[in-house]
Amino acid sequence: MHPDYPGFVQILTSRRAVGAAAVLTSVALVAACSAGSSSGEGEGARTDVVVGLTGEPTNLDFTTTSGSAIPQLLMNNVYEGLVTIDQEGAVQPQLAESWEVNGDRTVYTFRLHDGVTFSDGSPFTADDVVASIDRVQEDWTLSLKSKMDVVAKAEAKSDTEVAVTLKRPSNAWLFDMGTSVGAMFPDDLSADLATEAVGTGPYTVEEVATGEHITLAARDDYWGEVPPIEDITVRYFADANAQANAVRAGDIDMAYNLQTPDLLAGLEQDEELQVIDGTSTGEVLLALNNDEPPFDDLKVRRAIMYAIDRQAVLDTAWAGHGQLIGSMVPPTDPYYQDLTGAYPHDPDQARELLEEAGAEDLSITFDVPTRPYAEAVAQVVVSQLQDVGIDATIVPTEFPAVWLDKVFTKHDYQMSVILHTEARDLLTIFGDPDYYIGYDNPRLTEIAQQADRGSPDEYVAGMQQVARMIVDDAASNPLFLFPNTVVADARLTGIAANATTESMDLTGLRWSDG
Amino acid sequence: MARHLASHLAQLVATLLVATAAIFVLLRVLPGDPAIVALGIEASPEALAAWRAEHGTDEPLFDQYLDWVGGLLTGDLGTSHVTAQELTPLVADRVQVTGILVLLGMLIALVVAIPVGTLAAVWHRNAGGVTLSAVSQVGVAVPNFLVGVLLVALFAVRLGWLPSGGWTAPADGLGEFWRHVLLPAVALGSVQAAIITRYVRSAVLEIMREDFLRTARAKGLTFTGALVRHGLRNAGVPIVTVVGVQIASMLIGAVVIERVFAVPGLGSLLLDSVGNRDLLAVQSIVAVLVVLVVLLNFLVDLAYTLLDPRLRRAS
Repeated sequence: MHPDYPGFVQILTSRRAVGAAAVLTSVALVAACSAGSSSGEGEGARTDVVVGLTGEPTNLDFTTTSGSAIPQLLMNNVYEGLVTIDQEGAVQPQLAESWEVNGDRTVYTFRLHDGVTFSDGSPFTADDVVASIDRVQEDWTLSLKSKMDVVAKAEAKSDTEVAVTLKRPSNAWLFDMGTSVGAMFPDDLSADLATEAVGTGPYTVEEVATGEHITLAARDDYWGEVPPIEDITVRYFADANAQANAVRAGDIDMAYNLQTPDLLAGLEQDEELQVIDGTSTGEVLLALNNDEPPFDDLKVRRAIMYAIDRQAVLDTAWAGHGQLIGSMVPPTDPYYQDLTGAYPHDPDQARELLEEAGAEDLSITFDVPTRPYAEAVAQVVVSQLQDVGIDATIVPTEFPAVWLDKVFTKHDYQMSVILHTEARDLLTIFGDPDYYIGYDNPRLTEIAQQADRGSPDEYVAGMQQVARMIVDDAASNPLFLFPNTVVADARLTGIAANATTESMDLTGLRWSDG
Repeated sequence: MARHLASHLAQLVATLLVATAAIFVLLRVLPGDPAIVALGIEASPEALAAWRAEHGTDEPLFDQYLDWVGGLLTGDLGTSHVTAQELTPLVADRVQVTGILVLLGMLIALVVAIPVGTLAAVWHRNAGGVTLSAVSQVGVAVPNFLVGVLLVALFAVRLGWLPSGGWTAPADGLGEFWRHVLLPAVALGSVQAAIITRYVRSAVLEIMREDFLRTARAKGLTFTGALVRHGLRNAGVPIVTVVGVQIASMLIGAVVIERVFAVPGLGSLLLDSVGNRDLLAVQSIVAVLVVLVVLLNFLVDLAYTLLDPRLRRAS
């Protein structure tokens, strides 16, 4: 202490200053304590759930706005289809009680449930089904609507009976009816779908607070079993770490599709939480531009297949959470087959192939979208390519805007990595030579169309052949199947962790008594 | 005073014109078509064309600019291309959130920095002062998101006293508001406290060497009395300058803290809008920020004249 200035120091350490500090501290403590008591434990089972997600819907209209965020929230919870896809990837009845298929499998006759109403009070009848199916062709702006191209006409036979005639037999169509293109809307649509959702599901959208949350409220006039959870708040996080912290702190009851692999080991040790790795339909694809050198050469593409140790990529980039699939078909699809052994990790073989192709000392650019999974994967891939003499330069590419423009639309890339989330997207990605992969195989389209027309067994056999052709041609390198990781309060049951379609089905949630 | 105001108004208009034109042009140069981002990879070419026509992004740039500036002048920021939301209430809402956060953070910073900085100056020749100085030096180097993450780990995850993030507006419940605002405000304020402590220290050190302080003491005032009555007021001018500059940088810098605490603030909206290529939202937010910064400078100017009568006469 400087001898010159005793008085000043005395003021700052005086009782008044200490008092002020004490008041501030106690205000903080009071705030903190009242926090603890308001979290409300006991007193009967809770009837609310707070779910945390990243990736917020920009509006509520999935007929004109693409991206999985909207159907993720609304399908099964707010909107329903004639059929739905269960946790194993199988088609199950929803608004249709049952259905019959005629002999040449072109006419599906659906018998509808009685007493179903939309959330605006209007009854759900065969006319609504016809209008909803017609509307896909008329009003939808997404190319997703092509899934309904196979429909010739839909007719109401009675109030509860609808006949849908297909132009040709199609195995894929009924499955698609369980996704967002099969959602049922009222036939006299007066609502603006972007801000108001009118479905037959057990919940309605109560409030949309952009940048924060969307709340769902249970309908007491729901046609099926009214769910025990009355209020669902879906909170949206910009950052996956914030989402993980929120579930760990108990601010949210369930973190769905949590993308923080490094934190999962810690969360697994927390006895109050459960960690479930569900399956998904999202494949992390190391995309190769088949139209441009050097990947227009089959040998170079095969070299990439041998050069990459996919298990190491999964372990390093995503802490081993996820699944090796070896093709673009997830295990929940009926035509899944284990192709993980097609290209074992074999750097020597890769170097040999590169030599045969005259592509030693290859230098390529690698467009990496600015997403955590892509950045994590890219580092491992680059070092493994280096081992076989390929010098890959990472070009960070802003996602979505720049990536969509440069890689997806202009095909201005050599190699990229991207998560393809759509269900059953094998033909979308590899069946169209104008797609950004540039894979052109006319025989594939032929076999696929035949398979779709054939019997269910022929469908499976045909699609397996298609998947094998793509792998044989090394069109691109499917690294692993992305997990749908759910971390939730251990007392929460009925969690639909398998994302077999884009939907996050919350209708089964309930609190266990324990 | 009227002339003072008029000159500020002219400055505001000029700054706005330059800033709006610059941001407008820069955004158009940015790669990425808003139509594709809005409609996504599944959109058909016809849908893209229809979208561009509906939102006017296919019109001549100059017309688009006039349209937008015209709206700005009447306080109508338009409707977002992407979310179909009215921008004026949205941006107003976010300005409020970030404003509260920044002002509270700055208040915490000042409550800490003024006494600590003064002490560090007064004690500058002994261990206490050196310690305070060193601690503030370290504080300057710590990024505020790290403070945020540590606060969440301690108070939300380990102790469970406060929520790990989220936001409640004061109007929706004061108790909840304080619980949500405390951690982000402390995270934002603590690093500012360290920065401002450095400035307070050097400002007070400067003052302590001044003749007028010695004169005041010679007239019989105690050191404390002289410092409080004559010293701190003189040290105020450089401190107010720094506070103004820091608040301006915090308005956008808060985005990092907003991300950590999932607070729906202006910076987050700006970042999301850039990602979505929601050009109208981006340029509107930037225009609002420009207005805020110019207003802030005006307030700082005003504070100078209040603190120092000599400046009042000069203007």
